[in-house]
Amino acid sequence: MNYIVPPGLYAFGEPTAADPVLVTANYKMSFDAVRRAMAGRNAWLLVLETFGINVWCAAGKGTFGTDELVRRIEASGLARVVNHRRLLLPILGAPGIAAHEVAARSGFSVTYAVIRADDLPEFLDNGMRTTPAMREMTFTLWERAVLVPVELVLALKSIAVVGALLFLAFLLGGGMAAGSTVVLVYFGAVLAGIVATPLLLPWLPGRSFALKGWVAGIVWSAACYPFAGGGDWSMTTAFASFLALPAVSAFYALNLTGCSTFTSRSGVRKEMRLALPLMGVALVVGAILLLAGRFL
Amino acid sequence: MKRFRYLKNVTTLELEPAGCIGCGRCVEVCPHQVFEIAGKRALIADRDACMECGACARNCPVGVIRVDAGVGCATGLINEWLRERKLGGAGGGCCS
Repeated sequence: MNYIVPPGLYAFGEPTAADPVLVTANYKMSFDAVRRAMAGRNAWLLVLETFGINVWCAAGKGTFGTDELVRRIEASGLARVVNHRRLLLPILGAPGIAAHEVAARSGFSVTYAVIRADDLPEFLDNGMRTTPAMREMTFTLWERAVLVPVELVLALKSIAVVGALLFLAFLLGGGMAAGSTVVLVYFGAVLAGIVATPLLLPWLPGRSFALKGWVAGIVWSAACYPFAGGGDWSMTTAFASFLALPAVSAFYALNLTGCSTFTSRSGVRKEMRLALPLMGVALVVGAILLLAGRFL
Repeated sequence: MKRFRYLKNVTTLELEPAGCIGCGRCVEVCPHQVFEIAGKRALIADRDACMECGACARNCPVGVIRVDAGVGCATGLINEWLRERKLGGAGGGCCS
């Protein structure tokens, strides 16, 4: 499928020279969100070349940026199409755009309008005023839920490889039952990080994503213990599972910081410095315990 | 955001109030309501809500806001560390 819209100037409805000019990225879903929100209205839409990347990520990279905006204003002849000099930009595009530079270089003034395209009609009807709600980032249950399939697909390859290796190792070490059990508890630990953590985010304790994931993983370890035949496990196997499984969940939970809407670079860095070594130690000690249990 | 709070005391956000002209751009671009205008100058009202996106610093016409903005996801940071140590690492960040 093609997710790229050709950059340039588009017309919604039958806009006149006085109608507003909106700016967005050339990611098809960004374009469609604006088009849907503006259904039945007249407006101009200036689409920037962000190579099919959404506004937020493209602004972070700088492709949804000052240079591209100024270039696109000139290339589209916008100054001859409209009789005003005002651009309405998505608030999440602001990390890439310096409004004062755009004004100095193109003569167009920048207004950061709303975060979500859905709020555009209200913004326009409200005399182009941004209400506090329109500039507040959210992370609702639905916004978190739609991330789950994406994260699952992104992690699929590494999960499959690790799952297969674990299966082989336990198959050789303990037979078919051990092999299938380890795959089951491993997949569960991954899902605790990728599915349960984002869905239960407000209710999991702590501020750290790794800690939240670790808690989800501990709950999973305790929940699967009776069903996976934990009563028959040796002490070392039981210890190993309670060490290694939550570490797996914590890793995938930490990875969710990339698509959350409120984590900072410095915070993620701090979490990683602390959590990654701990996860490594938990996995290594878990493996040593399992091996030791076989030979003791 | 009122509902979620990330780690305390980590943000690199800095505001030099002396040069501020009170234009309000930082209030306009911040998706987490970190800034307020008081007495014709901006102030950092909710420092720990900052997610270091860099929108305020980029849009401050007098350059009195500084923040170490950049890729904030674990995958992106791991790749950055690997590249710095010349160990390869996949190109790009999480959003590419």
